[in-house]
Amino acid sequence: MDGKISRRSFLKGGLAAAGAAVASSLPMPEAVKASSVEELATLIDVRKCIGCEACVEACKEVNEPKFPEPKKPFPKMYPNRVKVSDWSDKRDVMDRLTPYNWLYIQEASVKVNGKEETLTIPRRCMHCQNPPCADLCPWGAAYKLKNGITRINSDYCLGGSKCKTVCPWHIPQRQTGVGLYLDLLPAFAGNGVMYKCDRCYNRIAEGKLPACIDVCPEDVQKIGPRDEILKEAHAIQKEIGGYIYGEKENGGTNTIYVSPVPFEDLNKAIETGSGQPDLEPVKDSMAQADNLAKAMVIAPIAGLAAAAAKFFVGARKSMGSEE
Amino acid sequence: MKTSNQTGLTAGNKALRRVFILAMALTAFTGFGQMPIFKRYYISDIPGMAWSADFYATHFLHYLGASVLLGLFAYFILDYILAGRKQFQLTPSAWFRIILMAGIVGTGILRVFKNMPDVLFSPAFTVFIDISHLGFAMAYLFTALVLAVMKRGWLRKVSYAV
Repeated sequence: MDGKISRRSFLKGGLAAAGAAVASSLPMPEAVKASSVEELATLIDVRKCIGCEACVEACKEVNEPKFPEPKKPFPKMYPNRVKVSDWSDKRDVMDRLTPYNWLYIQEASVKVNGKEETLTIPRRCMHCQNPPCADLCPWGAAYKLKNGITRINSDYCLGGSKCKTVCPWHIPQRQTGVGLYLDLLPAFAGNGVMYKCDRCYNRIAEGKLPACIDVCPEDVQKIGPRDEILKEAHAIQKEIGGYIYGEKENGGTNTIYVSPVPFEDLNKAIETGSGQPDLEPVKDSMAQADNLAKAMVIAPIAGLAAAAAKFFVGARKSMGSEE
Repeated sequence: MKTSNQTGLTAGNKALRRVFILAMALTAFTGFGQMPIFKRYYISDIPGMAWSADFYATHFLHYLGASVLLGLFAYFILDYILAGRKQFQLTPSAWFRIILMAGIVGTGILRVFKNMPDVLFSPAFTVFIDISHLGFAMAYLFTALVLAVMKRGWLRKVSYAV
């Protein structure tokens, strides 16, 4: 797929997403709404990235109005183990994910075709196909859109950080002193708001590209319907004898990386830690619950069968005693 | 109107009563565990309770408890229709509990459905089912507590006028 086709198909998806955004303001299941929005994925070709951080700067600039403006001093929280997470005085940090930095570049010194090279890898939310952050958020503050974006609504989020805990890459980052919890029980529940990449949902709704893709001088990223992105990723993989990450991780994501070296090697070479996600293989976090959910259908059937059996056995017994 | 313990939901069946109470306790506990409070408030620090801070574990157990309750509710409903109503009548407090429980079950089913891959609800609807599921659960627990103190049962014996 060349850039032109990718852009056209992207805009097509974008317009449909805009329609869905309007429709989604109504409190009814999207599943029952007529919509033909396709799930969009991004392709990140690790070979092309030069680590210039233009994407990181563009992300910061475009999303600046969404960044938290916490009220200080922060309310005292109980018990003492609840820690303040304040990045408001460290807004310029660019070497990890923070509430003010939703995308950063990881570096990996690895051997590519026997030659020592430094590869640079843009890292942000993977936008999972079945995101545990959205599935397990107790308030519905995190949710997935039909176009494949997973968002956290800063108006509802209480900053409990559950989304970060259940995310296999621990992507969302907390800022204390902002959000709904301040109006509820700030001392005893909540701790701010969680922030992460929303893949410029508002720009996509306007038919624009996400800022990181738009400004990249090397065309490292592409966005388009997931099946087309996967087709292109596999074509590159075949061409260079490369490797793919994100297609099957956590049951499938909408961020597909292609690399000339195994991700196992990249994972060993990158710096990982808080706000610095790894590149480990990830099993489908929701698979166990999804399987149990399917099995749940059996429970009421078993209950009905037991009650019916009890009734008929009782009826036969009473008929027998009458005879 | 007071009703005796013999007219509880699981009247006459001790094993069923134990399973019902256990499943209710499990779903209530793991339901509250969906909020990130057990670690904050040292519950998971209690020896043997470390699992309560594992959101995947509490989520799985919540589903498991809900499955057992769905089975029990289906059993109770059909058993009452086929045999129970000849001897017993549902009390007004039972109807109140049934309405609240129907709210928990209905919103719970929607939430399970929403968590399946490829199933999407609008953000506003997701918030609505999350909050209402918690609201119904809190209302049910409070009601059950009050009715237990007042010793109000689910069923009363049908009395026939002579």
